[in-house]
Amino acid sequence: MEYILIFISAIFVNNIVLSQFLGICPFLGVSKKVDTALGMSAAVAFVLTLATIVTFLVQKLVLDVFGLQYLQTITFILVIASLVQMVEIVLKKVSPALYQALGIFLPLITTNCAVLGVAILVIQKDYNMLEGIVYALSTAIGFGLAMTVFAGMREQLEMVNIPKGMRGMAIVLVSAGLLSLAFMGFSGVDGGLKQIFGLE
Amino acid sequence: MNYIKILLNGIIKENPTFVLLLGMCPTLATTTSAQNGMSMGLATMFVLICSNIAISLIKSITPDKVRIPVFIVVIASFVTILQMCLKAYLPEVNKSLGLFIPLIVVNCIILGRAEAFACKNNSVASLFDGLGIGLGFTVSLTFLGIVREVLGAGSVFGVVLLPETYNILLFILPPGAFITLGFLIAIVNKLKKA
Repeated sequence: MEYILIFISAIFVNNIVLSQFLGICPFLGVSKKVDTALGMSAAVAFVLTLATIVTFLVQKLVLDVFGLQYLQTITFILVIASLVQMVEIVLKKVSPALYQALGIFLPLITTNCAVLGVAILVIQKDYNMLEGIVYALSTAIGFGLAMTVFAGMREQLEMVNIPKGMRGMAIVLVSAGLLSLAFMGFSGVDGGLKQIFGLE
Repeated sequence: MNYIKILLNGIIKENPTFVLLLGMCPTLATTTSAQNGMSMGLATMFVLICSNIAISLIKSITPDKVRIPVFIVVIASFVTILQMCLKAYLPEVNKSLGLFIPLIVVNCIILGRAEAFACKNNSVASLFDGLGIGLGFTVSLTFLGIVREVLGAGSVFGVVLLPETYNILLFILPPGAFITLGFLIAIVNKLKKA
């Protein structure tokens, strides 16, 4: 039951982009077309889940054991950066088709704060391995959902005559605000679910 | 190059938030009040100045191929130092900024300046560049924080200006961040043309 709660809460209630403000750069940068938004989301989902598993193991098996918690930030960013490089090399060799589709997004992911953010959050929230994986995966789905819906909105915006001063980033940010407002409608859903599942 | 010019370049001409549109995550997340915005800006400025100086000092002995990983490690070390200092001396600031302190590592402004300025210029110029861009970031974050705090809570830096009836809670909530920044950028665009 807790897993369903984590799943719903990460996708709708505490959406990573729209309510926690992680991963804003790709959200604003590569959301011009639905296709690219989907590609980016897939790449993020892949790296995010993998990075969470690896950083979780590093934290529990290395940092905690030797009392090196203060090195968390440095270790995590290095693990993520090398992981992204490795994924790129492996994909190139094993599945050129997938590499073609995701390749251009991979280098961008190192500086996507959602990946580092989720890795740190999983440790902060004291999740176990399985909860961490569910959390990472649902966060990635939430990211994909927000990206895709937003890309759809931006495709529609192309056809609208926007006032001169609002063109460019201004109108994009205001539309993102409206999307975020729509997602606010889900707030409180997690509390209700907790009651239904009897977790309180 | 004139140091004053480098300083002003960061604050006005290449303002990271309103002109370059970099470092959006902390900009949107931590500006719920003027004070939070300012502390985030100052924290980022500290890391930016230190990393700019350090990188400009080691630029001649860094092999070109491993440049980016080296920069990231330098930045991450300063972020760790900052994190420890905040935890020890300013626990409240550390609590209100929370996750966004370690996330300074992936703030694209810092890596961007290392790549675009510090690895090509001497350490004094890099210091001024860090100071300028850092101040530009702090000023815009504080400004955004002030606007959101006035509209959402009717106060500035905690000093109450408007009675509670006039508060628009939306501006403190996540959607308010996007909308306020959107309109501020529109205003800046208009001023730039004029």
